[in-house]
Amino acid sequence: MKSLKMAVACISILAMSAMAMAGTLDDVKAKGYVDVGINGSLFGFGMPDEKGEMKGLDVDTAKAIAAAVFGDASKVKFTALTAVQRLPALQSKEIDVLCRNTTQTLSRETQSGLNFVQPNYYDGQGFLVPKALGVKSAKELDGATVCVLPGTTTEMNAADFFRANNMKWSPVVIENTAELNKAFFAGRCDALTSDLSQLAGNRSVAPNPADYMLLPEVISKEPLAPVVRHGDDQWFDIVNWTMFALIEAEELGITSENVDEMLDSENPSIKRFLGVTPGMGEMLGLDNKWAYNIVKQVGNYGEIFERNVGPDTPLAIPRGLNALWTDGGLMYASPIR
Amino acid sequence: MGIVAVDKEAIRKMKPPVVHRGAIGWLKDNLFNGVFNSILTLVFLAFLLRFVPPFIKWAFIDSVWFTTGDVCKECPGACWSVVLKNLRFVIFGFYPHDLHWRPFGAMLLLFTLLFFSYHKRFWSKKLGYAWIIGLVAMGILMKGGIFWLTPVDSMKWGGLPLTMILSVFGLAAAYPLGVILALGRDSHMPMIRYLSIGYIEMIRGVPLISLLFMSSIIFPLFLPEGVTINKILRAQVAIILFTAAYVAEVVRGGLQGMSRGQYEAADALGLNYYQTMRLVILPQALKIVIPPTLSVLISAFKDTSLVVIIALYDFLLTSKTVIQNPEWNGFSTEMYLFVALMYFLGCFSMSNFSRKLEQELDTDKRS
Repeated sequence: MKSLKMAVACISILAMSAMAMAGTLDDVKAKGYVDVGINGSLFGFGMPDEKGEMKGLDVDTAKAIAAAVFGDASKVKFTALTAVQRLPALQSKEIDVLCRNTTQTLSRETQSGLNFVQPNYYDGQGFLVPKALGVKSAKELDGATVCVLPGTTTEMNAADFFRANNMKWSPVVIENTAELNKAFFAGRCDALTSDLSQLAGNRSVAPNPADYMLLPEVISKEPLAPVVRHGDDQWFDIVNWTMFALIEAEELGITSENVDEMLDSENPSIKRFLGVTPGMGEMLGLDNKWAYNIVKQVGNYGEIFERNVGPDTPLAIPRGLNALWTDGGLMYASPIR
Repeated sequence: MGIVAVDKEAIRKMKPPVVHRGAIGWLKDNLFNGVFNSILTLVFLAFLLRFVPPFIKWAFIDSVWFTTGDVCKECPGACWSVVLKNLRFVIFGFYPHDLHWRPFGAMLLLFTLLFFSYHKRFWSKKLGYAWIIGLVAMGILMKGGIFWLTPVDSMKWGGLPLTMILSVFGLAAAYPLGVILALGRDSHMPMIRYLSIGYIEMIRGVPLISLLFMSSIIFPLFLPEGVTINKILRAQVAIILFTAAYVAEVVRGGLQGMSRGQYEAADALGLNYYQTMRLVILPQALKIVIPPTLSVLISAFKDTSLVVIIALYDFLLTSKTVIQNPEWNGFSTEMYLFVALMYFLGCFSMSNFSRKLEQELDTDKRS
């Protein structure tokens, strides 16, 4: 497996170096849509509803990019990708941008030749335990059996955590979420570990959700961000500032409902943002109405969050780290000026 | 004294003892004709009594069919709503919701064609033409873009139509390719023989999963700038290449089963290589390998579900996706039962077809 990964990495680097640096924005405009890689089976982030329409936080992020580029949020083509496929798909130019709950790491930026923009979700790994277990902290989990999904970093983070705290554990690795939940709620393991965004969803399907609690420790940092290729700064700027625009809109109090009234606002920041004072969009190589289109068609970051993972959804995730910086979160947009 | 008249009619009317006829006789002959068989019967009966009634109670009596996920969670029986409520997504995947009649029509067309091909008495040139027209019509229905049909990107194909496309085209293309490879492997020309051997052994030496990974992850990196090949097509080609190698080995077995005399007889008639193969050898060789060929094809049909790992939304992945939704998260059993039933129907009709074909083509009347 390791040698396979090495081979893929080598090949991708070779392929990268052979690539001519054509402008992604021009390609996208010529195609008439943005090719976006998404998860496809992660509820709240990227998953089809019963009509086959993609829904989720990552999906809405992608729609915002299309709104910024084309003024039409529907001009997106989604490609569902597995964890293994996602980076090569971006490197081979099969997709223009990856919005697939991908954690920004040093090796991904350097070795894989990718750039991560402003995160659209700050996640972290935690533990879910039955209250009956009587455990108040993850440090008390010595000797526990822990249900875990095999995969990218979850299992390794848990192993690191137990080793760092000099505790023993026995992982029970189960391949898919539905089966993992069944095993955990049937009492097969003492604790369930996953990203916090997932644990909320796991708990919501318990026979009696109130019997389970999240432990306070967050054992890893998972800044999930859209990803683009190295070497196309203009496209990076567009995706990055689309994220900032979503956050900035919430900071300025602009929502999809009041955006038309806001056009009359006297606030210079809002005027610049909505393109009433022209100039910002042009600098990105886009229409001056780029941010107006994002908010009008997709909404601001807060709206996206509430719609997909917020308290009214089955996931019911609190804003937490994903609140605006003014509310004690990490969502902080650099000024658009 | 005298000859007692035997009433033959009466004897004929006399019945055998009660333990040898009717239901009791049948039971005695078939289920309790020995100590070992009696024990087996009892064990099996106990097993059925233990598991069948609870299953029926769960699956039918206590079950719910048209409710929401929340109602299901209260219900002790099976929640078939998970299948029925999401049926359209499970079957058609991402195909635009208001255009579902098109893949439906395409599948109907395909099933009609398969039905007529199933019965040998319908086999004729006309059926061949019907297949060509049918496939073109299916392509038009799925893809759109001409007449008044809105184009639908093939990335949006999914569910059962995708599984059917991958299987039908995969099997239809792999079979002739496999026959050619088998002939190549038996060829007297060293170049062709070694190429065929190399191909077959190489493909058989790797699992299908690695071929799919190659086609979906590594292959695109080698394509020149700006060229992308459709993901479905790449998977389709991988499935065809893989199945063909297995078909080739089965067919080679058939070729080896032909006696030397058949070749010599064909030579004596002055037939050239192609005539020999087409008229004498292949009709017999392919016939004797129908059962193993069909098992290769059946397993290829099931193997199409491996495209899950490259995130093609075939029938299995659309089903798995539904149960990722928190509303339906606890009902994987029902969903998987449904999927199993559909695959069983597909595989069972294929193996029935194989048996029927064998009987109908059995010109030696061995049985």
